[in-house]
Amino acid sequence: MVMNTPEDDPFIDRPAKVQIENVSYWYGDQLRLRNISLDIPANAITTLIGPTGGGKSTLLRLINRLNDLLEDTRMVGRILLDGQDIYAPEVNVSELRRRVGIVFALPLPLPGTVRENVLYGPKLAGVRDPTRLEEILVRSLKQAALWDEVKDRLDEPSNALSGGQQQRLCIARSLAMEPEVLLLDEPTSGLDPISTGKVEESLFALKKHYTIIMVPHSIQQAARVADYAAFFLGGELVEHQPGRNIFTAPRDKRTEDYITGRFG
Amino acid sequence: MLKGDLTTRTKTYQSEAVIESLIRVLGFSTIGFVVLIFLFLLRQGMPFFFQVPWANFLGTRWYPTFGLFGTLPLILGSILVTLTAIVIALPLGLATAVFVREVAPNWAREVLKPLIEVLAGIPSVVLGFFGMNIVAPLVRTTLDVPTGLTAFTGAIILAYMALPTIVSVAEDALDAVPKSYRDAGLALGATKWQVIWRVVVPAARSGIVVAVMLGLGRAIGETMAVMMVTGNAARMPLTLDSLFRPVRTMTATIAAEMGEVAQGSVHFQALFGIGIILFVLTFLINLAAARPIFQKRRRGGLR
Amino acid sequence: MGTRFIVQRVGFVMLSLIALAVVVPILVIVGVIVVRGIGAISWEFLTTMPHDGMKAGGILPTIVGTLVLTFGTAVAAIPVGVGGAIYLSEYARDTLFTRAIRLAIVNLAGIPSVVYGLFGLGLFVLFLHFGTSILAGSLTLAIMTLPVIISTSEEALRAVPTEYRTVIASLGGTRWQGIHYIVLPQALPGIITGVILGLLRAAGETAPILFTVSAFFLPRLPHSPFDRTMALPYHLYVISTQVPGMPHEIQYGTALVLLALVLSMNLVATLIRGYFRRRRPW
Repeated sequence: MVMNTPEDDPFIDRPAKVQIENVSYWYGDQLRLRNISLDIPANAITTLIGPTGGGKSTLLRLINRLNDLLEDTRMVGRILLDGQDIYAPEVNVSELRRRVGIVFALPLPLPGTVRENVLYGPKLAGVRDPTRLEEILVRSLKQAALWDEVKDRLDEPSNALSGGQQQRLCIARSLAMEPEVLLLDEPTSGLDPISTGKVEESLFALKKHYTIIMVPHSIQQAARVADYAAFFLGGELVEHQPGRNIFTAPRDKRTEDYITGRFG
Repeated sequence: MLKGDLTTRTKTYQSEAVIESLIRVLGFSTIGFVVLIFLFLLRQGMPFFFQVPWANFLGTRWYPTFGLFGTLPLILGSILVTLTAIVIALPLGLATAVFVREVAPNWAREVLKPLIEVLAGIPSVVLGFFGMNIVAPLVRTTLDVPTGLTAFTGAIILAYMALPTIVSVAEDALDAVPKSYRDAGLALGATKWQVIWRVVVPAARSGIVVAVMLGLGRAIGETMAVMMVTGNAARMPLTLDSLFRPVRTMTATIAAEMGEVAQGSVHFQALFGIGIILFVLTFLINLAAARPIFQKRRRGGLR
Repeated sequence: MGTRFIVQRVGFVMLSLIALAVVVPILVIVGVIVVRGIGAISWEFLTTMPHDGMKAGGILPTIVGTLVLTFGTAVAAIPVGVGGAIYLSEYARDTLFTRAIRLAIVNLAGIPSVVYGLFGLGLFVLFLHFGTSILAGSLTLAIMTLPVIISTSEEALRAVPTEYRTVIASLGGTRWQGIHYIVLPQALPGIITGVILGLLRAAGETAPILFTVSAFFLPRLPHSPFDRTMALPYHLYVISTQVPGMPHEIQYGTALVLLALVLSMNLVATLIRGYFRRRRPW
């Protein structure tokens, strides 16, 4: 793989927030990720692109150890958050997941009201102070561009919201924990263009404070939001480049084929 | 605030570890109970098999007061009543399951299923009471036999007690047959009736066998109703008319005699010995019924 | 073509007749007991002691005894049963050991009730010296009830969508927090239904309490867990087989009270299940 040079990579001097070092991953005896190494810069949107089954979502879920919930899997290599190995035995997984939030492809509101949904994370972390919880509620919903729509419906059941609102609720739920890294697994796949636009807008605002790693639901979306893009194919990382470059000047033939729509 | 070092452990971490290990222990406890039950049956019943000669407890006469502990009439009595019950219950149960699952209109299903659940909930002593007061006189007059308290009466009651199990397990088995099988049959021009008996029921065969096994297990272990309606005569049920004469089962023997024996006597141990036989018998039946549990299954998805 | 459909028609009629042959006796059983027993039911019958060798008076101690035994069974069986179900649904992986646990549960469910009676006699009454007592009887019934509670509770827990657990984990919740805040509350109606179904079986059982708790005739209410007590099912057995010249009305009345008790528990379980099935968010 060709390495990036300072000329074409504005992020190369930034310290990596997340470092993925030689990670391979098996589900059963299937190899899902083959020797991935990737540095993810802070305060930027990194998109993982490529055809379905390329290992993007799998990698995403390795970064907050959600794959721990699966049986019969194996990983080698290291993943570092701020230089600290997140798979080290002394790591408190709950603490890790509070720092690395995730939003799934489908809106998955938990049972309960809008308010309860946003506050699950802080409450699980032991926050009890009502004024602080109220602050978190308002801030998270505003950050997720949902506040204006639900401020009078906070005590309605969450499944009374529309699909787009539910997905932004899930984003707010992750933001409530003030994560440092936000993982987004095709967060707009079930949404209409208007809701998608709202979510993307809020992402631009969020990257000032957060490191965002996203599996976009289309190349177009990747092109709109990506500061940085990594192309995955069949469990391998083919190339990674700043976003504007990968879409205009892909280095690898396979990336070019994908971008220009020849497969995928 | 929310965050500490990645390696921070909160106080709740320890109390959770306690809760989780408690849950683990509770999960394991079921194995412990089975072992415990078997051990305590052995503890009280094992001496019987050593003290009494084989020829005696495999004999044909059960007269504990005279030191005769032949368990054969009791075992055969149980088998006679149980098998007859299954012979009655299987066609009824299978037909009902097929009716409920494949034929019945919705309203009939809504009526049938709760009624069968009601049957499952009726205590065995109530069924026994009903059997001795209503069914037994009926059997006596219609069959013109000296007493209505017969193996056959017991089998009828047992059949109805086994029915809820058989119906619900068979129903699940029918339900598990893919719709595509039915569609394929119908597409070939078969009638619904032909599809049911030539496609659906054969495809559900293994589930129906499980239903029968579970029904069998339930019937052989049934105690109160059987004791109240079978007349309890410990005789070898070898002649053709045995079905219509009193009989005595293993379960009824334990229930009827345990109250009157001296602890630690041979008779006391003999009753535990019968308990061991029953335990082993039902264990084997359930093992056979539960065979699918031992087939490796793989779960997908996040857990 | 024609004959095949005639065969089908006749076949379907036969099936419906058989289904009738299954359900009609159920109605007859309940009907006969209600009709013949209702005359015996009175406030006095339910709230006074039996006298004249049980041929007169009420059945209060048997009702109280059954309620106390059922309560004792609940106290012992619910934590163990629900805990075991949580283990199987949330913690156990598919190992040989887990399958051994499942086999044990199937087995416990299949052990004859009278064998439970022998076991209770051997362990609780004799070995642990609880004597013939409510304690011994309740514990025996509790172990007998476990498989029902475990299987139904596990089913209820598994019905809660996996995604909820994933979401809680992704929010930094521990596995136990997921269970505590989401899975258990969502599964609660199903668990309650299962517990009631298990307990109604315990309330109606006779064989396990024959040698562990039951008193033939004890016209006073129990004071401590180490007391014996009368119980409805055993009492019905006694007055219908052991006492000559027993008035039929008292027999049927007793049967009716027992039947009403278990069927109303059954009804409550069904209602809870139906009500929450319609209301759950998934």
